[in-house]
Amino acid sequence: MSQIPADLRYTKSHEWLRTLPDGSVEIGITDHAQQSLGDLVFVEVPEAGRRLAAGDACAVVESVKAASDVYSPLAGEVAAGNPQLASQPDLINRDPYGEGWILRLKPSGGGAAETLDAAAYEAALAAGG
Amino acid sequence: MPYIPHTDEDVRAMLERIGARAIDELFDEIPAALRIDALAGVPDALSEMEIARLAADRAAADGRPLNFIGAGAYEHHIPAPIWALVTRGEIYSAYTPYQAEASQGTLQTMYEYQSMIAGLTAMDVSNASLYDGASALAEACLMAVRAHRRSKSARILMPTTVNPAWRQVTRVITRGQGLEIVELPYGAEEGRTIPEALARHAGTDVTAIVIQQPNFFGQLEDVDALTRWARANGALVIAAVNPVSLALLTPPGEWGDGGADIACGDAQPFGVPLSSGGPYVGFMACRMEHVRQMPGRIAGRTLDAEGKPGFTLTLQAREQHIRRAKATSNICTNQGLLMSAATIYLALIGPAGLERVARACLARTRELVDALTGLPGVRAAFGGPRFHEAVLTLDRPVAPVLEALAAQGIVGGLDLSRDYPELGNALLACATETRTRADIEAYAIALGRELGRAAAA
Repeated sequence: MSQIPADLRYTKSHEWLRTLPDGSVEIGITDHAQQSLGDLVFVEVPEAGRRLAAGDACAVVESVKAASDVYSPLAGEVAAGNPQLASQPDLINRDPYGEGWILRLKPSGGGAAETLDAAAYEAALAAGG
Repeated sequence: MPYIPHTDEDVRAMLERIGARAIDELFDEIPAALRIDALAGVPDALSEMEIARLAADRAAADGRPLNFIGAGAYEHHIPAPIWALVTRGEIYSAYTPYQAEASQGTLQTMYEYQSMIAGLTAMDVSNASLYDGASALAEACLMAVRAHRRSKSARILMPTTVNPAWRQVTRVITRGQGLEIVELPYGAEEGRTIPEALARHAGTDVTAIVIQQPNFFGQLEDVDALTRWARANGALVIAAVNPVSLALLTPPGEWGDGGADIACGDAQPFGVPLSSGGPYVGFMACRMEHVRQMPGRIAGRTLDAEGKPGFTLTLQAREQHIRRAKATSNICTNQGLLMSAATIYLALIGPAGLERVARACLARTRELVDALTGLPGVRAAFGGPRFHEAVLTLDRPVAPVLEALAAQGIVGGLDLSRDYPELGNALLACATETRTRADIEAYAIALGRELGRAAAA
């Protein structure tokens, strides 16, 4: 059973979102996503300053068996990619909701994908999503 | 005999199972406008007997002239063991197998090849080979654009001293992918890229610069200065190198301060015959930091479940069977047969042998240039250091002279008037270790006679 913290928002494509005190949004992939991918060997994070539209592929997570895109649930400008992931991609396996964050985004208000609360995400997972 | 295992009955049964009426139905989603019914210019199929006759006639038409053309493909001695080994059944069908790890021998050959290429170029990692030097350069340009994420221009500086055929292939392959290929002029004195050509690009967003060493004219570029310029201006460096020359010249991994980012070229000189123009074998190596942007297969050495060493394809998440449309390239195989030939060649002659080959090429070309420029009306177009090719100018149009020599069984060089009209009556000539003193003398005598005859007429 995977962890689904109650204080975060989620997407059906298995990203999580956390609103930080300064209004920026931290984004990563869920515990379910990291379990499905297996041991991560490489993560490509976006450059600070890059502008994203909602739904844009903004990062790549690569495991021993697959490489997947991470999609930005919001439009905005990248404030930072997690620099730790270049040398420690397994931070996502060990701490997907903490040290394994992938990017921080300054939302531009230009549009957002549908997000779910923890209960709805858990229901989506249970339904095979 | 049709080499298709499915009988009409098999096909009918399979269609019935999936509920399709005909095979064509499976392709319904391809719009009619995109379908081609007939391939213009492609002749009808020939029988085995007809194709064998055609191939024999074409080979006879090529003959076995005394060859002084290099220009990207080089006639070197091919030690007898190479093709005796390469044509063995275990190696002859060297296409990367789909169940790769079941073919440990093939993967080990790839691993040995990669190790030798990485050693020769002084780069961190090599792939298992690409189609040829020209497409390897095109792939290197695409790779540089992916690897240099801070650069937004996708602008590649391409000296005109880079092989014109490779430049053309690069333009065709990168067209439609948003790359801007900007050509750099060369200096008339030494036939190499000049610092002034770079000056107007300083401070602009340049993704990468291509440096061919030796360049198409056989001249040595100032690779250290060009590499330093690229570093100072935030551009990556793509080295296109003749692998034989690496036995004598500084390898790309040690150019300038920190070396090139990507090295590529054609490994044809390593045991692969000229074969009227191909197939050849491209190589590519890079710094470890760029490896996830490298196209092609990579074999790695690892331990199996019982702790025994073995070989495996690695970093496959770059490739299209996993990454689909976002793969680094549509290349999903390697030039296995010729890669095997190159590997055996290098293993056979070793570092000292390769250095002897390179030194012999250098010496023969010097003798060739001395012999030909000793004739009235013939001079070397450029000063400065060169490897095993030279541009020579004549006092009259080159084409009729080369035709007259060809009639005597001597291929005297490549007429440069099409690609480099500014050089006037210029030809590019090469002598490898396969040209003897007698060969060079025969060329000089024939050319002297030809120039004298034309002068008298």
